[in-house]
Amino acid sequence: MTTTLTQGADAAVADAPITKVSIIVSKGSLEGIYPALIMANGARMEGIEANVFFTFFGMDAINKARHEHIKVATVGNPGLHLATWLGGFPGMSSLVTAQMSKAMEKLDIPPIPEFIEMIADSGAKLYACKASVEMFNLSRKDFIDQIEGIITVGDFYQMAGGGQIIFT
Amino acid sequence: MPALTAVARTSEGFLERVEDWDRDLALSLATEAGIPELTDRHWLVVDYMRNTFLTKGDGPTIRTLGKESGVGIKELYLLFPKGPAKLAAKIAGIPKPHGCI
Repeated sequence: MTTTLTQGADAAVADAPITKVSIIVSKGSLEGIYPALIMANGARMEGIEANVFFTFFGMDAINKARHEHIKVATVGNPGLHLATWLGGFPGMSSLVTAQMSKAMEKLDIPPIPEFIEMIADSGAKLYACKASVEMFNLSRKDFIDQIEGIITVGDFYQMAGGGQIIFT
Repeated sequence: MPALTAVARTSEGFLERVEDWDRDLALSLATEAGIPELTDRHWLVVDYMRNTFLTKGDGPTIRTLGKESGVGIKELYLLFPKGPAKLAAKIAGIPKPHGCI
């Protein structure tokens, strides 16, 4: 019987409620950043503790000079069903980004800077990755005030202890 | 405080019928949810949730709640630590919010 598979000690482990998530944001495109923000905000809305760790190009989401200018990748993005040569046209990325932003506004999904602020206000902790910060020659002043700090991978794992890790 | 067993509720504890709600029942729902006292600030949120549902047919998103209820996001989480939109909806006697935001 298939029901036996969900019984016993395994079921107790599988059904344990999630109390903490640590989300890694590694991509700097609009479609790379939003899912992580929605997951982080959604976690807080369920009363789940949330950490968000921005690394590599994902750091653009918390970069003061860049977070208002996050775009959809229109090249190398088969999900758009757009010919690659067309996706590379000047202005194409801005056009698709504007369309998506409009669709999201309708669903009351905030623009990235507002969303990040909302998530920080909800009590989620935001961090930048030290290795990436050094690699891109950045420092604390390049980031928005809401981040808790610039931390190492080791720090991240320690913080994530006892919870789930989500990589995006 | 009125007994919660007297009203029909979903498996997650939301009221089945919006009209079963009154302010005394809200206190019982809040106590059950771990909020021993409803302050004026709690009521501001709870009333806003209920009015939005009754006029629009759905509860507000957390973004709208933070902007329009008169209580900002930070305070919302202080008032309803286990999730403002969900908890305030439960206490306001309206269905569980459907959206992801």
